[in-house]
Formats: sequence, structure tokens, C-alpha cells
Amino acid sequence: MPDSQWRVFEVFHQQARGEPHVHVGSVHAPDGETALLLAKEQYGRRQACVNLWVVPAEAITATTYDDADIFEHGTDKSYREAFGYETTKRARSIGDTKEI
Amino acid sequence: MVLATRAFECANDTPGDAGYDDRLAAFEARVARGDKVEPGDWMPHDYRQQLIRLIHVHANSEICGALPEGCWIPHAPSFKRKLALCAKVQDEVGHAQLLYRAAETLGKSREEMLEELINGKAKYSNVFHYHAKTWADVCVIAWLIDAAAIVNQTMMADGSYGPYSRALKRICYEEAFHLTHGYDMCISLATGSKIQRDLLQDALNRWWEPIMMFHGPSDKESKHTEMLMRWRIKLMTNDEQRQTFLKKYLPKIFNLGLTLSDPNLRFDDVTKEWHYTEPDWKRFVEVVRGNGPASALRVATRRLAHEEGAWVRRALAAAETKRDIPLPAGAN
Repeated sequence: MPDSQWRVFEVFHQQARGEPHVHVGSVHAPDGETALLLAKEQYGRRQACVNLWVVPAEAITATTYDDADIFEHGTDKSYREAFGYETTKRARSIGDTKEI
Repeated sequence: MVLATRAFECANDTPGDAGYDDRLAAFEARVARGDKVEPGDWMPHDYRQQLIRLIHVHANSEICGALPEGCWIPHAPSFKRKLALCAKVQDEVGHAQLLYRAAETLGKSREEMLEELINGKAKYSNVFHYHAKTWADVCVIAWLIDAAAIVNQTMMADGSYGPYSRALKRICYEEAFHLTHGYDMCISLATGSKIQRDLLQDALNRWWEPIMMFHGPSDKESKHTEMLMRWRIKLMTNDEQRQTFLKKYLPKIFNLGLTLSDPNLRFDDVTKEWHYTEPDWKRFVEVVRGNGPASALRVATRRLAHEEGAWVRRALAAAETKRDIPLPAGAN
């Protein structure tokens, strides 16, 4: 009897107030409240948890791994990173010995 | 853009299809680098099928593994042991849920997998086709079978399929308690009265052959090993897993004052490996096909649980459309 093939809800778990919600897996449930109940049993049994989110899987839109190159830089963009500069050396040369 | 977690079918995934060889080469190069494969990625048809088969069997084994232990909850010798056993059984059933979800991302529905288990079509681990006759059986299962499972699952957790790997990391974390508790229970019996020590030895005698079979047929007989290793579905052969298990646990077994009756069991100082009598693999195949001592009971118990739980599932589904729970005044 096919009676448990419910919708899929993705589960996000927060370990402590102020921490990010992290995706930990998913559950089948007929609705959000039941999904929360099942997510608590499934993902809140061990380790600290202060908050859970459940989101219908069909609500999530994602990029594809095939398109991962859209995140790559066409040109050298190290000018916008701290490591792109040798300023410590230059600061020393003008007598600044403190942390920059 | 795509839905993030839908189960995908991919095109041209079978040898002979247009472009298959190039895609396969790119896939194998990625896997060899240690990259994880995710549900939306192109993957060979055989990779998908082998994973569905393995994860389905693994999930079924978690469900069936909870049955012989669950029977012993009312008979646990102390309240502390009862609490721990309840928690372990709950973990095993939870693991099954995680694993069915991982298999679903490859395109086989949970309903279908649950049905196949109830109909006796789907396989599960050889060790759960046997009866847990005494409390000492529960102790041996919790210690040595969980230990053998951890060898297998820790290895599989580094495998190439992302959803399975992530589920296994969570599972291994929880299994650590099962193993510790299992060893604790065996130490209690091994350091107890003569009756307790005899009970433990008797359980080990009966469970040793199934345990030796747990990691599957010898490499000489195993059909899929080469392909599974190349695609990093498995990272160790069955015999390598068995050796890892024996090296760690045989010294602990002997240290408890237990003995094993295999006349060929000895450690080879040159190869640094254990020699043992090869288990009867024909018997193994018979057992996992559903002809073990407890096979019929396991499937019948699982079917009964599914049927008797139907009203709960109906009630939950009805709640989706109808909410008439009376709330106290002032609620909302």
C-alpha cells in the first residue's frame, strides 16, 4: 500500500544561537509540522540543537555542477584579497614594525 | 537551473551509447581525484545500479538488525541496559531512514524499497537471518557485529557518492556508542559468574561463522569488487575488511578468556595476517536468499509492523487536509 511516499523536506540544523543553520539531510512528511517532528527524531537525537528548519525540497532551486565555471574569475582578482598585497614588507621599510 | 535534490536519470550512461567512453573517462578521472559524485551529476548506469543495490541492502539490514535486539528490550537484565538497548534500536531504525533517502537520490523510491523488503525480494545482511537466543547473543551482536559494521561503514564513508558518504558519517558517529556499549556488556559477562561466562562462550560459538561471513564472499568469489573499487564505491575488498576486523578484535576476544574452535585460526608473523578456515560461501548465499533460520520471521515481523502502522500514516496524511485539533482558549 503506497501510503508513505510523502513529499521530501530538506532539514537544516542549528547547533547554537548565532551559528548558521546547516543542511544535514532530509525526511519524508505530509506537511511541514510532521516534517519537523520527524526531523527532530532523525537529526536532533545527538549533538546540540537549538533550532531546526524544514524546507520542501521542490522549493530549492540550485545551480548545476556543470556550470561551476560561472564562479571562476576571468581575470586575476587578487587585488581584492588581503593576500594580494606585500604591504607588511613595505610598512617595515618605512619603520612601521607593528601588526598592520 | 535545476531542483536541488530530485532523483536524476542521465542520458548516454551505458557502454555503446554516443559519447559514453569520453564521459566515462572524465567520470573516472574525477572519482580517482577523490571528488564526490552528487545526484545531478552524470554517472554510469552500472554505478547508479550498484549503489542502489548496496544502499538498499544496507538500509534493510538496519531495519532487520533492530528486530533481534528489539525482542530483548523487555528482557534486559537492568534498567540501564534497557535504556541503552532502546536507544540503539532507535538508532538502527533511524539509520535505515537516512539510507533509504540516500538511495532515493539515485532514482528508486522508498516505497519500492520497503515493499521489496516486505515481499522477501530484497536482501539484507546475513547476520540478521539468525535468532538471538540468549542475552549473550545481544551482547555479541552489539560488540562484534557492530564492530564489523564499523569497519565496513568507515571505509564506505570515504566513498565517492556524496549522499551515501554523508549519511554514513552520521551513522558511524552513532555506532561508536553501540560498539562501546556492546564491549561493556561482553566484559560484564566475561568477568561474571561461570554461568555468565558459559553463556557468552556459547553465543560466540554460534555467531562466529556468521560474523566471518559478514564482510561478504572471499575476493576470489566476489564478482563486482574490481569495478566497485575503481569507482570508489568500496575502498577495501571483502577480505581486506575481514583482516582489519580480525586484527583488531581477535586479541580482544582472547583477552576476555574466550576461545574459537577454528583449527586453522593463527596469526602469520611473516604476512602479518590471520589465517582462518574459509566460510561455506554456498551456505552464505542460501542464507541471504532468505533460507536462514530466522529469515521468514524477520520478513513477517517487518510486514506486521508496516501493516499495523498503516493507521498512523493515514492519520498523518489526513492531517494535511484537515485540522480540527481543539486548541485551548487564547491559543494562537
